[in-house]
Amino acid sequence: MSLSYELDQRGPTAILRLRGQIDRDAVGVLDDAYAAAARTAATVVELDFNAVEYINSTGIALIVGLLGKARSHGRAVRARGLTDHYQHIFEITRLSDFIEIVQPV
Amino acid sequence: MTGTVGLGSEFVLDSDETRDEPTPAAAVAGRTPATVAGSTPGRGRRYRGRGAEPEPEAAGATVIDVRIDPGDPLLVFLQTAPGPLEVGALPAYSPAVRRMKEQGVAIVVPLVTSGEVVGLLALGARRSERGYSRDDRRLLDNLARYAAPALRLGQLMRQQAKQARERERIEQELQVAQLIQQQFLPSQLPELGGWHVAACYRPARTVGGDFYDLIELADGRVMVVAGDVTDKGVPAALVMASTHALLRSTALSVTAPGEVLRLVNDLLVPQIPLHMFVTCLVLVIDPATGRTQFANAGHNLPYLRGRAGVTQLAARGMPLGLMPGSRYDEHETVIEPGDLVLLYSDGITEQHDASGEMFGFGRTEALVAASANGDDLVDRCMAGLAEFAGEVEQEDDITLVALHRGMGEARHDTFTVASVAGNEREVMDRVAVLVAPDLPADRLEALKTAVSETAMNAIEHGNRGRSDLPVEVAVRRTAEAITVEVSDFGRGLQREADVPDLDLKLAGLQTARGWGLFLVERLVDRVEDAIDGDRHIVRLTMHTAPAADDQPDEPGPPTEGKRP
Repeated sequence: MSLSYELDQRGPTAILRLRGQIDRDAVGVLDDAYAAAARTAATVVELDFNAVEYINSTGIALIVGLLGKARSHGRAVRARGLTDHYQHIFEITRLSDFIEIVQPV
Repeated sequence: MTGTVGLGSEFVLDSDETRDEPTPAAAVAGRTPATVAGSTPGRGRRYRGRGAEPEPEAAGATVIDVRIDPGDPLLVFLQTAPGPLEVGALPAYSPAVRRMKEQGVAIVVPLVTSGEVVGLLALGARRSERGYSRDDRRLLDNLARYAAPALRLGQLMRQQAKQARERERIEQELQVAQLIQQQFLPSQLPELGGWHVAACYRPARTVGGDFYDLIELADGRVMVVAGDVTDKGVPAALVMASTHALLRSTALSVTAPGEVLRLVNDLLVPQIPLHMFVTCLVLVIDPATGRTQFANAGHNLPYLRGRAGVTQLAARGMPLGLMPGSRYDEHETVIEPGDLVLLYSDGITEQHDASGEMFGFGRTEALVAASANGDDLVDRCMAGLAEFAGEVEQEDDITLVALHRGMGEARHDTFTVASVAGNEREVMDRVAVLVAPDLPADRLEALKTAVSETAMNAIEHGNRGRSDLPVEVAVRRTAEAITVEVSDFGRGLQREADVPDLDLKLAGLQTARGWGLFLVERLVDRVEDAIDGDRHIVRLTMHTAPAADDQPDEPGPPTEGKRP
């Protein structure tokens, strides 16, 4: 199952509801998702991982790329709905130092 | 080393100096105005001189060849001789002087610096056929004063460059020796039913004198040997290689540990260098029953952790290579399910800290008592030793072999997938189905990601995405641990040049990628890789329970794995 997304804006937050898996096939989708969020006036981009079933190292690299773009545009990035396992991966890669992880789901 | 100067012309450093073999000194004389030749006293050398013109012959110059042998009295004479000297004033009994005369040298100026003759300025007759004037001599004297230290500097630089090349060659040879020595050690530890074997070998220098081996015997038993040659470095490595070969060949025909040691000792005594010997322990284990025979030739007594606590497997005997006819008593024990055995060299127990205290047996025994399993024991030993030693460098070779008899038999499954991008998910899912009943949820998820990353590496890099090359996956399950082996036809793990650093990545100083192996190493308990024939194998080990130190404090969140 490849990645898809829905954009929802709530106040200053652009919520990207991700669905599927974040791996090599997600390159264009994640770029498009961020570009859509960037077209809003949002100052925060929230990645909703509730429906993400799989993230591999290529997916981590894509998230790093998205984070880099957001920071260069002065936007904060937030993650919601990460499983304990992917929270742990965000910790060991130190993504959690730059991305606020919000729970509960 | 040499420098050649044609007056009013150019300065040439002769590349012939790079030759290894010392050769005679030479200079240019004849009708070329002047020549400086460098020589290092005590080392005959050849110098090629070149005059003002590109080709000496074109200007009527004659290339002369003067060898100044290390014992030539001319060298002593020149050391105290002031300024330019007529060749006729030089000691006639010097072979070099005789050769200079034969080749038309009229005048020489010794190049002396720091009281040492480093070269010689040799000139033929003047072109005007008049003698050298006082001004000529003053000029030559001045030239010699400047040329001598410069020449010496050049000589020293060349000497250093040569020594650096020699060091580099020796280091390269040692690297090759290290690779050869690693071939002696088991590239993969054998499957022992429900047993798990962990090992660590760390020589104090590039090569070492410790060794260990696990030899599968025809009757299903396994011979475990651990040894330690006195001294370290190359001499120890050579004796290690010889002893290891003798043990291997002896084990083909003899399986009683005491007899193995007796035979190897008798073969080793005539060939081992004086003052060297080998301590060696041999265990023969029946994996099915745990019944173990062992004998010892002066090696550290192994620790056994069983229900009764930690004890030592006591057996003593003369080290190998010391005394012909030595005999070795055989002992027997049973390693029960759940027991843990540690074989170790004195590189661990005799390591000192900064205050001069030794690591000792007490600390080693405490680690055996506290460890959850063999991998954990090896890791704890190495970490404990590093912490204890601090800044003190490793003093001796270190070998650790941990044998852990599991509580039940091992279960094996193997399957293959084609090297097609995306198949890493299939590998992950199939492994997950197999091991899910054995692992808590957090460890299962960690292993799944590690397996997926390892399989992706095998598909993309190992097999270069060639769909005709399969990736083979072997899963071994015991009550204590899951091991997953992923093999491909590549040459090794694709290690990134740099450890991934998120700050650098966000600053654009590292590529965003490169997380694969980083994640694998942090998600499972152990990652090992080995080459077996044309296959490269990565073995991931995940224990079914975390080591005691990794247990989460209630009521905190669960911990997933630990860094190996």
